[in-house]
Amino acid sequence: MNRLKNLIGWIDARFPLISTFKAHASEYYAPKNFNFWYFFGGLALLVLIIQILSGIFLTMNYKPDALFAFASVEYIMRDVHWGWLLRYIHSTGASMFFVVIYLHMFRGLMYGSYRKPRELLWIIGMIIYLALMGEAFMGYLLPWGQMSFWGAQVIVNLFSSVPFIGSDLAVLIRGDYVVSDITLNRFFALHVIAIPLVLILIIGAHLVALHEVGSNNPDGIEIKKYKDTNGNPLDGIPFFPYMVVKDGVAAIAFLMIFCAIIFFAPDMGGYFLEYNNFVQANPMKTPEHIAPVWYFTPYYAILRAVPPIFGSQFPGVAAMGVATVIFFFLPWLDRGKVKSIRYRGPIYKTFLTLFVISFVGLGWLGLMPSTPTYTVISRILAVVYFAFFLLMPWYTRIDKCKPEPDRVTSK
Amino acid sequence: MADNVNLSKRRLLTATTAGGVIAAAGAGAPFVLSLMPSERAKAAGAPIEVDVSTIKPGMMISAEWQGKPVWIVRRTKEMLDLLAKHDDKLVDPESSVQQQPNYCHNPYRSIKPEYLVVLGVCTHLGCSPTYRPEVAPADLGKDWPGGWFCPCHGSRFDLAARVYKGVPAPSNLIVPPHKYLSENTLLIGDDSKEAA
Repeated sequence: MNRLKNLIGWIDARFPLISTFKAHASEYYAPKNFNFWYFFGGLALLVLIIQILSGIFLTMNYKPDALFAFASVEYIMRDVHWGWLLRYIHSTGASMFFVVIYLHMFRGLMYGSYRKPRELLWIIGMIIYLALMGEAFMGYLLPWGQMSFWGAQVIVNLFSSVPFIGSDLAVLIRGDYVVSDITLNRFFALHVIAIPLVLILIIGAHLVALHEVGSNNPDGIEIKKYKDTNGNPLDGIPFFPYMVVKDGVAAIAFLMIFCAIIFFAPDMGGYFLEYNNFVQANPMKTPEHIAPVWYFTPYYAILRAVPPIFGSQFPGVAAMGVATVIFFFLPWLDRGKVKSIRYRGPIYKTFLTLFVISFVGLGWLGLMPSTPTYTVISRILAVVYFAFFLLMPWYTRIDKCKPEPDRVTSK
Repeated sequence: MADNVNLSKRRLLTATTAGGVIAAAGAGAPFVLSLMPSERAKAAGAPIEVDVSTIKPGMMISAEWQGKPVWIVRRTKEMLDLLAKHDDKLVDPESSVQQQPNYCHNPYRSIKPEYLVVLGVCTHLGCSPTYRPEVAPADLGKDWPGGWFCPCHGSRFDLAARVYKGVPAPSNLIVPPHKYLSENTLLIGDDSKEAA
């Protein structure tokens, strides 16, 4: 025991071990009224670790070459010991990452977690979300199936509709005039090195920013207002060990669902792994029906909903871009007197409900083939989607809020 | 405080910082340029020869040129007759947008009316549309005179690869440069006099 103490003392004289642990764990206070919705930040970190680990092992057998990529994935599935498990962990992890992130973001919308003083925390989180979309998109090309190829073809062509520089930009992204071996090779480099490094860095920044301002909570009030004689928030409890134990329970429940998917429904009925992706990429033949993976479909539906204007596809692409980027401005669009949905009036609750309906509805429509009826519904839902953000400065101001409590409430 | 500023030192610092930024941009250039298509990728766009005599009337074959599908359709007399009957439904019936070489700027968008040569890449987002030559199939409506339907986003093209109104694709399909080397041999990708 004494030896251990000496060792820690030796390290602490050279590295801020104890003080870092205290600042970020044992003396970092989180609100005691956390509920179900506060599991997803920790779970996102868990999925990140799962993806990095399974990804490293997949690269040991994967070949980033248009001639061998598809076969190497099948080799992993059939001949590598437990290769199928590694691959299904990674593919399930990709979808579950977005499940967790979307719920994490929805929590922010419900409880006003993006409001002052957490604007930067929210913006860093949005950058993580965008990086994650890039990571997922590039990763999806790697198996070199039909959906990989044609999905990449469509998305890269989005960039070519940018006025003036578009076609050169698309060539720069592909490194070729069509999606080819060159594109596959560079997407591999970006997917396994560049974006993961960036992700880890900005997730670190997300945590540093969080620990600076402290967590929001379901009541949307600041726990730092009331402190005990030691200067610790009265309504907070230390992250370590209490929150760690709580998150551990969530992690176990989450992993049970995760494993159930891996073992019983790894392709999730064609939503996590599309059936057409079990056919090797063929640049000469587009599959009958192309849909992106489910986590991109809300934006894809918005893209399809906007008709070309003056013979240019750019308005649709711009609408899709704005639909993602608009989240960045939430801290300044929301003029409500209170943060949490618990004390908001009926107008915000209605708008948030409509927004969820439009997001899920667009997600479903993005999976469907385009028909005139679906296009009309997509247009209506896209208008609802944007109305949630663009009308926010007005409807949050006139909404009748209830008074916030002084201290957090819990049953 | 302002009096104590050593202006010559500050100028030197500004100049070296500016120089450093320029040098960094210069050092970055090779990295960005390495992302452009390599010499090998550029060379892969060589022209191809196709024998059109094997195509049955009304049928389509596709060939690969620059990694993209090129369609060659042998249109029947009935197909060609139907082409002029739906001009009002097209975005650009006269093909006034330069989506074809000058020698194909005619109602059939081809050198010989019978054979249409066109890039099988949707002008919307680059999917490859499906050939639907049959007249008035159930899923495409009774006004369908034959053409292409893009499965990705529902764009429609007629048998001269002209785009319909009200679909996502903004323009007609592209006719690549091509020429006949003999009665039945087509060269796709080069239309200069010297090409053979």
